[in-house]
Amino acid sequence: MTATPRPGDPVITPALVAEHGLTPDEFQRLRAMLGREPTFTELGIISALWSEHCSYKHSRPVLKTLPTQAPYVLQGPGENAGVISIGDGLAIAFKIESHNHPSAVEPYQGAATGVGGILRDVFTMGARPIAMLNSLRFGSLDTPRVRYLVGGVVKGIGDYGNCVGIPTVAGDVMFDAAYEGNPLVNAMCVGLLREEELIRAKAEGVGNPVIAVGARTGRDGIHGASFASEDLSDENEAKRPRVQVGDPFTEKLLLEASLELINSGHIVAIQDMGAAGLTSSSAEMAERGEVGVTIDVRKVPQREQGMTPYEILLSESQERMLVVAKQGHEEAVKAILAKWDLNAEVIGHVIAEPVYRVTEGDHVVAEFPGTRLVTDCPQYHPEAREAPEAVARRAQDVLAVPERLEEADPAWTLTRLLESPTIASKRWITTQYDSTVRTSTVMGPGDGDAAVIRIRGTRKAVALKTDCNGRYVYLDPRVGGRIAVAEAARNVACVGARPMAITNCLNFGNPKKPEVFFQFREAVYGMGDACRALGTPVTGGNVSLYNENPQGAVYPTPTIGMVGLIPDVAHVTRASFSAPGQAIVLLGDNTAELGGSEYLAWIHGIVAGAPPACDLEAERRLIDALLEAIGAGHVASAHDCAEGGLAVAIAECCIASQTAPLGAQVDLSAWAALPLRALLFGEAQGRVVLSTANAEAVLAIARAHGVPATAIGTVRTASAGLMLTVGARTIRASLATLGDAFHGALPRAMSRAAAEVVVEKPAAAGGAR
Amino acid sequence: MKFGIVSFPGSNCDDDAVFAATETLGQPAAKLWHKSHDLEGSDVIILPGGFSYGDYLRAGAIARFSPIMREVAAHAQRGGPVIGICNGFQIACEAGLLPGALMRNAGLQFLSMPVTIRVENTATRWTSLCQEGQRLTMPIAHGEGRYTVDAATLERVEGEGLVVFRYVDAAGEATEAANPNGSLDNIAGVRNAAGNVVGLMPHPERALDQLLGSADGRVIFESVLAAVHA
Repeated sequence: MTATPRPGDPVITPALVAEHGLTPDEFQRLRAMLGREPTFTELGIISALWSEHCSYKHSRPVLKTLPTQAPYVLQGPGENAGVISIGDGLAIAFKIESHNHPSAVEPYQGAATGVGGILRDVFTMGARPIAMLNSLRFGSLDTPRVRYLVGGVVKGIGDYGNCVGIPTVAGDVMFDAAYEGNPLVNAMCVGLLREEELIRAKAEGVGNPVIAVGARTGRDGIHGASFASEDLSDENEAKRPRVQVGDPFTEKLLLEASLELINSGHIVAIQDMGAAGLTSSSAEMAERGEVGVTIDVRKVPQREQGMTPYEILLSESQERMLVVAKQGHEEAVKAILAKWDLNAEVIGHVIAEPVYRVTEGDHVVAEFPGTRLVTDCPQYHPEAREAPEAVARRAQDVLAVPERLEEADPAWTLTRLLESPTIASKRWITTQYDSTVRTSTVMGPGDGDAAVIRIRGTRKAVALKTDCNGRYVYLDPRVGGRIAVAEAARNVACVGARPMAITNCLNFGNPKKPEVFFQFREAVYGMGDACRALGTPVTGGNVSLYNENPQGAVYPTPTIGMVGLIPDVAHVTRASFSAPGQAIVLLGDNTAELGGSEYLAWIHGIVAGAPPACDLEAERRLIDALLEAIGAGHVASAHDCAEGGLAVAIAECCIASQTAPLGAQVDLSAWAALPLRALLFGEAQGRVVLSTANAEAVLAIARAHGVPATAIGTVRTASAGLMLTVGARTIRASLATLGDAFHGALPRAMSRAAAEVVVEKPAAAGGAR
Repeated sequence: MKFGIVSFPGSNCDDDAVFAATETLGQPAAKLWHKSHDLEGSDVIILPGGFSYGDYLRAGAIARFSPIMREVAAHAQRGGPVIGICNGFQIACEAGLLPGALMRNAGLQFLSMPVTIRVENTATRWTSLCQEGQRLTMPIAHGEGRYTVDAATLERVEGEGLVVFRYVDAAGEATEAANPNGSLDNIAGVRNAAGNVVGLMPHPERALDQLLGSADGRVIFESVLAAVHA
């Protein structure tokens, strides 16, 4: 058989090929593969499968350098989600994915469908979702459009996750003008399964039926994958129809039906119809199983009339799954779906012949030889060259930046930093997310450095966190990539968890630009360095390129989603100080570093200097020492030093709890020789502020691990406020002042938005960077 | 004592309620399918939280027409204990088992946070072990929890002691600041005249374990156990 054009198919011209995002070389490759001219339907299929989003054509060779192995890894990259064993026959499935482009154009639906997609990736592994996280990046809140995006994205995430009933428990949110035109919306889902319930999306068994399940197929989201594989431009508003529309109610039904289906034993494989919809799900399942597949688009349940094969194949209508069932079990599958008021229609079969065939009734509209449709895409090794601007910025002597007059009182600087939206309390956001459904949230948003979810029926819990400081990666991609992993690991260690494995979402600009590809390659190498040193393999993730607009690219942002394991929930540790009189101990050492800091960006408007050094061996020792001290019951609270440095970390330990704030008296005179602002606000890595009733024991454990540790002060009552002494100088601040800055900043900024929540044109002249 | 937990399409706290009944209280429990007409011998009915039918029309407005609701209403008529939590409270109001209605939160945002409520009435199957004025801390998680009722009914609700819980501050005062969603008179939960049906927006089933932040919800479930065993 061979595919022939349908009546009415457009003629394939070089312009049409270009419109589909294929280069002339790629088109030649397609012709060579087919041995003839492609049909319009085939062009559409390949345009989706060979888009960056589906094919990883620029990123795959670099990604292959990442470590993916550990004895407890049950499923590494290449499946819908990674899976690790946590003992007791239980396993955790987890993955992070971006929905940046749709969210830039339609924030509410863009973010909502991002949540829906990642949920499906996890429950198609046979796992019941137990937690959601999200990592968000926005421009400055001074811009009305950014406030509109923040409001829409947060509501979209909340409405979807809340309705499905999965708690949203952690994440990270940062604001910088670099993300003005290109917000980043990365959603992570974590699921729990019994090891024997693990199912893979691998088509098997000649004659087995291929079944479309869930919502009907409409014209929404056509070419979403290609859209996500190009730069944003002023014309993107016109691409709003490419954004899908989510229905969390149907998702909830689909979740229950899918898990019931997997447990029923009637099916051999299941996969979400995500990016590039039916096309990529069927092609990927066939490829994994090394089998052929044939699909009749007429049998696909449709919600609109007159859809062409091209449209049906490329639709990204949400809440749909593709299932390969066991032959003869079709009716049983339909019965399960019917119980949940969902559709299930047999649309094709697994075949022995190694082809990927699409028919419209009897008419073959697409047929590709072989079973490696996705991986037979072109691979690129783009040129990589560091941008001179990044080199120059990194070389800048930031300690020479003159202080502002107000900085004569460092308490002023501290207060201003606490109201930086990147540092300030995210409560305005997190109260819109149901974080307590499923009654397993031991620590939710804002409680600790990572979320903690108990595993019912065991003493165990998992710790979850996302992290990435894109500013560091911009200034030095290799170091920034290391820090992203190290900080995520430190965060889960602070709550008492052993870092286990990561998923990553690599948000970068246009890889065809040498300076962007340099950032990508070096950042991935840096992540690999850290993953090897800390023993946290990569189990999967997502690459989002082309996050740029005419004003430039986003900061390179390789978001890390970390999973840690807590052997006994008795040792879960919060970030806030817990009792007056306890000693405050600093693990790690202070340095004269100030580069890449929130201090420079927020107080001085400068993004420059080398990011802080990242000693991965020291990080590993720090984690070991911290976990030993926590496991021995010596640690009352633990909080890592991140954006804003040591002074901000200590202040957060005082005020993060609105109901029970506590004061602190701290003496940093041992470091009086350091520049004061580097000591207070520099972002040296490998530091943790903890409180303890047994400082001697903590110091001894740290010494045994070769970790610098110093008793730096005492927790006081709230009325004592915060007192920081450095040599002859004492900095004082009331908790009311600090608390108001920290807790009030985001509500104040967002309340300005209320009158301005209108759909506008994307900020064409937005990111003045 | 057997707990029957109704699963509507879109219920998402049904498993939590089952866990509460079985693991925390050590009682048998059954999930009751919305299309069924069989309470399976349940002594106590929980209408759990979630987004029944997506809450696309109005929270609880479609779920009240589910087949199982006829049996739930009959059970309530017979004096059987029923509790509606969050979406379940909304459904119970829509079904006429409880007075009033729940509207969109005053701040227009979904709100997920711990709140403190004060027990106003102990003459119910669900608060018999509480002290009047007792304060309980438990999470809320809703977008439509603003209790409202017409003036005449409010007079009856307040006059006949049908208010079971009110949102209060740390000092136990029903202040405006302590009212998360703009509910009339800070009302967080109400009962029917007989006291066997109670509905509330906060989630007692999420407050059964100090590990998760609060065990204050236990007294509510222990009350119904005591009431049925008595």
